[in-house]
Amino acid sequence: MDSVSLIFNVLAYLALAIFWVGVGYRLWVWAETPVPLKIPTTPAPETLSGVTARMAGEVVLFRSLFRGDKALWLGGWTFHGALLLILLKHLRYFLFPVPAWIAGLNHIGVYAGEFILIPLLFLLVRRFTLEQVRYISVLSDYLVLLLLIGIALTGLAMKFVAGVDVVAVKAFMLGIITLSPTAMPASTWFLFHFSLVLLLLVYFPFSKLLHAGGVFVSPTRNQRDDGRIRRYVNPWDYPAESGEVTTFGGG
Amino acid sequence: MADMKIEVPRLQRDAFADKQCHRAHADHMETINLPPELVDNWQQRALEKMEQLLGRYRSLRDYLDICVRCGSCADKCPFFLGTGDPKNMPVARAELLRKVYRYYFTAAGWLPDLGRAEPLTEEVLNEWYTYFYQCSECRRCSVFCPYGIDTAEITMAAREIMASIGVANKYITEVLANVYRTGNNIGIPAPAWADNLEFLEDDIQEDTGVDVKMPVDQEGADVLLVPPSADNFVNLDTMMGYGKVFHAAGISWTTATYASEAANFGLFLDFNNMKKVNKRIIDAARRLKVKRIVFGECGHAWRVALYMNTLNGPLDFLEVPNPIHCTEFTLDLLKRGAFKLDKSANDEYVVTYHDPCNIARAGGPLEPPRELIRASCNRFEEMPENTTRINTFCCGGGGGLLSDEHMDVRMAGAKMRAMAVQTTNANYLATMCAICKAQLKKVNTHYKLGVEVEGVHGLFGRALVLNGNQEV
Ligand code: HEM
Ligand code: SF4
Ligand code: SF4
Repeated sequence: MDSVSLIFNVLAYLALAIFWVGVGYRLWVWAETPVPLKIPTTPAPETLSGVTARMAGEVVLFRSLFRGDKALWLGGWTFHGALLLILLKHLRYFLFPVPAWIAGLNHIGVYAGEFILIPLLFLLVRRFTLEQVRYISVLSDYLVLLLLIGIALTGLAMKFVAGVDVVAVKAFMLGIITLSPTAMPASTWFLFHFSLVLLLLVYFPFSKLLHAGGVFVSPTRNQRDDGRIRRYVNPWDYPAESGEVTTFGGG
Repeated sequence: MADMKIEVPRLQRDAFADKQCHRAHADHMETINLPPELVDNWQQRALEKMEQLLGRYRSLRDYLDICVRCGSCADKCPFFLGTGDPKNMPVARAELLRKVYRYYFTAAGWLPDLGRAEPLTEEVLNEWYTYFYQCSECRRCSVFCPYGIDTAEITMAAREIMASIGVANKYITEVLANVYRTGNNIGIPAPAWADNLEFLEDDIQEDTGVDVKMPVDQEGADVLLVPPSADNFVNLDTMMGYGKVFHAAGISWTTATYASEAANFGLFLDFNNMKKVNKRIIDAARRLKVKRIVFGECGHAWRVALYMNTLNGPLDFLEVPNPIHCTEFTLDLLKRGAFKLDKSANDEYVVTYHDPCNIARAGGPLEPPRELIRASCNRFEEMPENTTRINTFCCGGGGGLLSDEHMDVRMAGAKMRAMAVQTTNANYLATMCAICKAQLKKVNTHYKLGVEVEGVHGLFGRALVLNGNQEV
C-alpha cells in the first residue's frame, strides 16, 4: 500500500473512533442524566403511542418548526430529506451485495446531491442576511454549513468534473469496514471529499449536530402528560425539611 | 379567529440592558435558606451549582447541547417583541448561559472563538441578572422550537445558580419569606384570612339573600380549596364564585390558613423552596382529612400542583386524579346538572379570555374555562388564534417579574397581549391567574383597553342562580 493510502486508512479509523466514542459518550451522558419532573409542553399525549406520534411528527415532518418559520421549514426539511437520500445512496459503497432498493436509489441520490446545494445555500444566506439570525449565529454555525457545501461540491465533482473508479471506491470502503485496509482510489476529488467527510465525523460529537440524537431525549416533547394518573418519581428526590416551614399562622 | 399580524421589531441592542429588578433583602434570603448577599467565592460556587444542575436536569443538559441557532424561537418571545432587545430573543437569552457552559463544561471551551465560549465574569453575572429576570418562564419559545427547547428551563437553572450565590430579586424572595411566615404571599395573618371570608359571606347574603358559607380550617370537609390569596383580598368576585359553586352543588369544603396560598414562587427561584412551599399544602390536606385538593385560579400554582405527587408524594390519602383544577371541578358539576344559570346576569359584558401561560403550556385546562364562560354569558369573543391556547402570549408579569420597579419590562412584555385584546370588542377580560389579573389591570390602564379584569369564577358566580339548589 502506498503511503497516502496508509495515512488515510489510519485517519479513517481515528475519525471513526472519535465519532463513535464521542457520540456514544454524549448519548450516555443524556441517558444517565435524570428527569426530575414531568415537563411536556402541553397539550401533550397521555399515552406512549401518542408520544410516538408526536415525536414522529417532529423528526419526520419538523412540525414545530413548521409552526415557527415556514421558509426555514421548507429549506431545513428539504435539506434533511436530501441528506437522508444521499446517506442511503452511499450505503452501496458499504454493503455487499447491494440491496435492490438501495441500488434503485442511485439516480435520485445523485439528484439529491445536486439539489442539496439549494437549501444549504439558503441556510447560509439567511444566516448572513436576517438580522436576528445573524445576531445569534456563531462562527461554527457558518463553518458547518460550508463544510457540508464542500462535501456536496467535491462529491459532485467526481460525477461531473473528473470521474472516479467506483469499484476502487467500494473496495476501499469495504476494506475499512472489514478491517482489511486496501489502497485508496487514485482521485484528487475523492481525496478531498473523503477528507471533508472525516472532518465532519470528528466534529460531529462536539457540535450542535448532536441535535440528531438530542431531539429524541427532549423532555418537553417525549414525555407523557400523565402525572396526575401515575405518580412520577424524581430519581434524586430528598425529603423536604419540613421543620423549617412550621411557623404559619394557623391550621 | 384569524391570526393577528405580529410586527417583529428591529434589533435595538441593549435597549433594556439597564432594566433590573431590585435585589433581595438579606433577611428574606436568610428566611428562605439562601445566602444573604453575594458570597465571596461566588464564581466557584456558581460553577459547582451549575455542575450539580447539569447532573440533575436532562432538559438543561440537552437544551444547552443541541440548539442549532435556527432562530425559529427568536420572534416568539413577548419580551423580545415588546422590547426589541436582542438578548430577549429566547435563543440569545439561552446563549447567555450556554456560553459559560461551553467555556467550562465542553470541548468547545478550548476553541472559544469557534462557538462563543466565555468565562463567568462579573459582567456576565450582571447580564444574567438582567435578562433572566426579563423572562417570565412562559414557554412560548418551546412551542416553536424544532427540539422543544424550553428557555424557561434555562432561565430557571440560571436563577437557581444565581440564588445559590446570593443573587435573587426582591419580589420573589419577599413573597417566599411571607409564605413561610404567614402561609400566603401577601403576608396576611390567619385571623385576617378568616375575617375576610366572613365579610364575603355577608356580601353574598346581601346580594342574593342566600347563606353561603366560606369555611376556614374545617376538619373533615370533602374538598380543600387552595386559591391564590389575592382572590380573598382583590379578586373578590372570583372568591365568592368558588363559594357559590360549592354551595350550589352542596359539597363540603374548606380553605386552610396553613395553606392560604396556591402560588408557589419556588418555581421561579429554586427547587428546594418549591418543594417546601408545596409540602405545606399537602400537610394541610392531611391535617384537615380532606379527600380532594381543588386549586383556585392561579397559573403557575397549577403547574407546580401537577408536580405535587412527585415533589411530596405519594398522596395515597387523596382520590385520583389529584389535584383538580377549579374549572374542571365546576365544569364536571355543571355537566351533571348541579347548577342553574342565568346568562343575562352578565349581559353588560362582552367577554374575552386570556390563557395564562402556565395553564396553556404546562398542563391545561384549555376548554373548561371556555365552557364555563360560554355557560355564564351571552357574548364571548376569542382573541386571535396565534395569541390563544398553546400560542398564548404572557400577560407580561409572570415568572416573578410583577414588581413595581419592573414596570417598563412588564408593559413591554404585555404589548402582544394588549394588541390581541384590542382586536376584540371585549369589555371583560377573563383569566384564571392572580398574577395575570394584577398585571392585566395595569396593562388595561397603560394600553387603554377599556376592560374589566376578573376571574372565570367571578363571571360564573354572577350567573349562578343560588336558589336553584339541587342534589347531585
Ligand atoms: C434525526 C435526525 C435529524 C433531525 C430530526 C434533524 C432536524 C433538524 C432541524 C429541525 C433543524 C432546524 C432547522 C433547519 O435548519 O433545518 C436542523 C438543522 C440542522 N441540521 Fe439537522 N436533523 C437531523 C440530522 C442531521 C444530520 C445527520 C446532520 C448533518 C450531518 C444535520 C445537519 C443540520 C445542520 C447543519 C443544521 C443547521 C442548519 C442551519 O444552519 O440553519 N442534521 N436539523
Ligand atoms: S419562556 Fe417566554 S419569556 Fe422566557 S424566553 Fe421563552 S418566550 Fe421568552
Ligand atoms: S428554535 Fe430551538 S434550535 Fe432554533 S434557535 Fe431557538 S432554541 Fe435554538
